[in-house]
Amino acid sequence: MRFQGTKNYIATEDLKLAVDAALNLEKPLLVKGEPGTGKTMLAIEVAKSLGLRLIEWHIKSTTKASQGLYEYDAVSRLRDSQLGNEKVKDIKNYINKGKLWDAFDSDEQVVLLVDEVDKADIEFPNDLLQELDRMEFYCYELDKTIKAKKRPLVIITSNNEKDLPDAFLRRCFFHFIAFPDRSVLESIINVHIPKIKKNLLKKSLDMFFDVRKVPGLKKKPTTSELIDWLKLIVSDDLAQELIAKKDKELLPPLYGALLKNEQDVELLQRLAFMTRRES
Amino acid sequence: MLINLFSTVRNYGVPATLKEFLDLLKALDKNLAFANWDDFYYLSRTILVKDEKYFDKFDRAFDIFFKGVENLDDIFKMLIPDDWLRKQFEKELTEEELKKIKDLGGLENLMKEFKKRLEEQEKHHHGGSKWLGTAGTSPFGNDGHHPNGIRVGGKSNKGMAAKVWEARDFKNLDDSLQLGTRNIKIALRKLRKMTRKSENFEFDLDTTIKSTAKNAGYLELEYIREKMNDINLIVFFDVGGSMDPFVKVCEELFSAAKSEFKNLEYYYFHNCVYESVWKENYRRNENRINTQNILNKFGKNHKVIFVGDASMAPYELTNPGGSIEHWNKESGESWINKVKGHFYKTVWLNPVHEDHWDYTSTIKMINNLMDQKMFPLTISGISNAVSFLSKKH
Repeated sequence: MRFQGTKNYIATEDLKLAVDAALNLEKPLLVKGEPGTGKTMLAIEVAKSLGLRLIEWHIKSTTKASQGLYEYDAVSRLRDSQLGNEKVKDIKNYINKGKLWDAFDSDEQVVLLVDEVDKADIEFPNDLLQELDRMEFYCYELDKTIKAKKRPLVIITSNNEKDLPDAFLRRCFFHFIAFPDRSVLESIINVHIPKIKKNLLKKSLDMFFDVRKVPGLKKKPTTSELIDWLKLIVSDDLAQELIAKKDKELLPPLYGALLKNEQDVELLQRLAFMTRRES
Repeated sequence: MLINLFSTVRNYGVPATLKEFLDLLKALDKNLAFANWDDFYYLSRTILVKDEKYFDKFDRAFDIFFKGVENLDDIFKMLIPDDWLRKQFEKELTEEELKKIKDLGGLENLMKEFKKRLEEQEKHHHGGSKWLGTAGTSPFGNDGHHPNGIRVGGKSNKGMAAKVWEARDFKNLDDSLQLGTRNIKIALRKLRKMTRKSENFEFDLDTTIKSTAKNAGYLELEYIREKMNDINLIVFFDVGGSMDPFVKVCEELFSAAKSEFKNLEYYYFHNCVYESVWKENYRRNENRINTQNILNKFGKNHKVIFVGDASMAPYELTNPGGSIEHWNKESGESWINKVKGHFYKTVWLNPVHEDHWDYTSTIKMINNLMDQKMFPLTISGISNAVSFLSKKH
């Protein structure tokens, strides 16, 4: 099996190779990169292109590692016992499977996405070492070991909010999605907005890179912002206005779609004001 | 041959382990990168490197490995004994070449010359017969025709196009962090004191079972307050002046502490704590906070950490009016004593390397004031400080 990118997802050579390596050596793939460079999309598209089922596990700050395995619902069992429900005799009825168990249980290979692993507590990755390494865990209530029937392809994304422990990193392959260069960006846009005019594409990319170059931005606009912005421009028929803009003008139309932070917007407005005064 | 790549990568400071190297061999075994240098580069990067900050180091190491030459620059830096170098060299040479080297005054001179010219040379140089550069007949440089020219960096002339790793795209990501915030957070963790004081309640299974049994089998649900971290920390940061070189490590400590402890109080001071401190650096002259008020406000159980280099003129510490910024009625010494006397546990973290403490008299003085509870601002220093702070008084 080889991952080749899909119609909707432009994968660079190094990314394809990283996915291939993870697939063939059965190791989890850790993906990092600026927000908006398509980390989560990667798992979705890999699953789609390989024809595998995708199981998504979204991590929150309160997520515990054991929740990915299973949870024992003691309270409903207690209640059922009082109501004399027959179910109560089998503890199996009260074990709620987690996402990892789901993935291990599947007869076919699946893609397991562990999204934003850095959101969880700092010890979270350490609690999953054994599970990811051997693809098995022990269920105390049922007194049996759950082992993966087919080792799933695990894709883990991180936004770099917390450093990950070394022991965890050792068990993963690592890929950093770099910010795409102009040509890759062009092909990405072509995928999302197929009929975009050449001169609009050029002008908008010029402006986009100009905005990215502004020093001191808290959150630089990335691919996803660029696509949203271009979609807005195309749907609002602002294309002509954009093309007509002079080269030096910094403030693009609908800049609110590019910048998500009011301090950044203010900074850009001030800069635009300054350049206008100079000229 | 691949073991060379592994050791080069490690020499360049990328923390790859044997396990990852074996993974790489396995991947090659599966023909993941076959007869394609670019693929091989991506594959080895994905397997050996685990953080984008090492990408630049890896690129450089891969470059060296790819060219199959040792980087002479680094050899000189590492000061490998000349004897060893010479032997390695002579092994590579034919009789005829050895003779030619003698014309230049032997290998020793060649090395000496090389170092000398490396120092003398300032500009790029291509062609000619003396300076280091490319395509010349000088014994040093790239693509030369001297029998034993030493190649310095540059690309080997095998008709290869520029490679990805030579672009060194990831240059600015390498931050060479000594202390990651993760390590600091882990060190600070020991300070946590879990108590059940939170406003949130959680289900308490054990008491539920007990009270249900008491209740003759009818379900009696019990709840308990959630655990929360009940440690109270006050940190005083020294800012400005001699602390400037340590800004980075202090920022790391600050961000780690802030995310670990919800009730963290922090104040700034300059050189030494006097009768007032401040919370915002850009308004330090307007919004001063009385140190005495801090002592009145917070209970003795608060843990106090001073962060500073403790390096100043002795009179700033010992004399009233010694402060370089204002007239202080009481000496810094007495203020440190007041703070220390008020709280049960007080430590001082010093970013200056421990070996250098003896050279600054005020470091010794403050260390004595703190009852030797001054710790270096390193992971182990923080751990020691934290274990002192968390002990019962």
